[in-house]
Amino acid sequence: MPLTHKEVEHIALLAHLQLGEQELEKYRQQLTDILDYADRLLRVDTSAISPTTTVLPLRSIQRTDDITKSLDRNDALANAPEQAKHMFRIPPVFE
Amino acid sequence: MDPLDLSLCQSVEALRDGTLCSTMLVEAYRSRAEQLNPKIHAYLGIAGEEVIRAARKADDSWAAFRRGGDHPGPLTGIPLAIKDVLCVKGYSCTCGSRILENFIPPYTATPVERLQAAGGLILGKTNTDEFAMGSSTENSAFGMTYNPWDTERVPGGSSGGSAAAVAARMAPIALGTDTGGSVRQPAAYCGVVGLKPSYGRVSRYGLIAFGSSLDCVGVLARTVEDAAFLLEIMAGHDPMDSTSMPVEVPAFRKSLRGEPDLHGIRIGIPKEYFTAGIQPDVDRLVREAIGVLQCLGAETKEISLPNTEFALPVYYIVAPAEASANLARYDGVRFGLRREGQNLRDLYDGTRGAGFGAEVKRRIMLGTYALSAGYYDAYYGQAQKVRTLIKADFENAFQFVDIIASPVTPSTAFRAGEKVDNPLAMYMEDLLTLPASLAGVPGISLPCGRDSLGLPVGLQLSGPFLGEETLLRVGWSFQQVTRWHKEAPSL
Repeated sequence: MPLTHKEVEHIALLAHLQLGEQELEKYRQQLTDILDYADRLLRVDTSAISPTTTVLPLRSIQRTDDITKSLDRNDALANAPEQAKHMFRIPPVFE
Repeated sequence: MDPLDLSLCQSVEALRDGTLCSTMLVEAYRSRAEQLNPKIHAYLGIAGEEVIRAARKADDSWAAFRRGGDHPGPLTGIPLAIKDVLCVKGYSCTCGSRILENFIPPYTATPVERLQAAGGLILGKTNTDEFAMGSSTENSAFGMTYNPWDTERVPGGSSGGSAAAVAARMAPIALGTDTGGSVRQPAAYCGVVGLKPSYGRVSRYGLIAFGSSLDCVGVLARTVEDAAFLLEIMAGHDPMDSTSMPVEVPAFRKSLRGEPDLHGIRIGIPKEYFTAGIQPDVDRLVREAIGVLQCLGAETKEISLPNTEFALPVYYIVAPAEASANLARYDGVRFGLRREGQNLRDLYDGTRGAGFGAEVKRRIMLGTYALSAGYYDAYYGQAQKVRTLIKADFENAFQFVDIIASPVTPSTAFRAGEKVDNPLAMYMEDLLTLPASLAGVPGISLPCGRDSLGLPVGLQLSGPFLGEETLLRVGWSFQQVTRWHKEAPSL
């Protein structure tokens, strides 16, 4: 079933992507095609099958809670577009 | 002796014996890389004078060794190309994306760190589809890479820069990453060896995440032995990656000695991989390659991997879903591009809208949809269940065979631009590499001939989980009696 313009707008909102009208329309068509193709998965009877959570034979990896050296604060901040007082700076959230 | 003609293993021996010096080797590769990069665009960045200074130090270490000093690390003085999705402290790491154009990682990825600790030198960072999403490198924000065999064609992807660099003798060996075929497919298109280890064999710490249940660090090399050499050094548990397997790393290279003999090896030929869509040349050359393995003593039998047709839809739900979550971190706050906005929401959405390219946005949209309320069970949930069936196909098959042989791709390298506007056609590129990725098993791509246009064809071998030893043994044996891996494009 084709996605609607409204649905694609909603996905872009959830994904935090600012998209132009042309982009939205292109993705509407392309996502519809891809999802149509993916619909063949619904033909498979999986009623008795568990989903894969990992391909590894490992479960619940734990380690002791030791204090180790971590990334230096200045290194962690070095790529920030804007920083102040050793913190990442963003526009105000509350007026 | 032209140092560019040596395999990695031969270079290591020559450095140790003093018949080659690292300065000469590094200089030869660096000038070839500089000279050919305008034509091939394999590299996004090539090391400057610092790598020559490091090479001089390496020469001192080998000289000291020959005077009776300690054996330096096995890769001392060897230049390496690294796909630009792996962090190297102090070197720009873009992931082929505008959003990370100015990002300088504060730490080094574990596999790279291990190669450096063994003496390896960073020659440069190689081009990639943006965030490793693609099958042609045409999705790189910094321009595509060109196939050294025919520069009007794509090198494959996403590790197309690494594959082209090795094929064009712009690097002796390179690291790549494989999420759904991104090492094996470009290796096939460029006529080099591409090794994707088992999921969890190599640490992913410092690999910028795309699809976390699928991402593997792999090797693009000229020979199987070279790939085994690098894997041996990189592999093994890393406390920084809880998905790295806490198991002993076999001495992979040790089993690559003596006569190439495959008696006792059972090779499965999956009928679902040889379908009508295969280019006739590819079908013929892969069957001939399987014939070579039979001549070496291997026994072959037809097998079935019945859920193969579902690998593509499963992958293109699971990988975008994981990507949409992984790429949430690019929001203009802690690193990367920032597009200023009226408020925080505006800043986030504008930054992401401007910084990501078309394919990355498409996959984020697709993944977001597949994970969204009301669609999760139908898409993501169902895909992960069908993935269980695909994994079971391999487990069943490996009860009866040791190795599975097939083509890597249905056809040889396609023309640049041919599939850019048709995402589904581009995704079909991965048809034969996706199943092993979803199952987490290792695979290798080996050059096995050239089609009527002279373009390389790849033989794919897959083995059971953590079964790299046999996989490498079979690949190495093939290369002992064939010459395809010794051919290089004329440039």
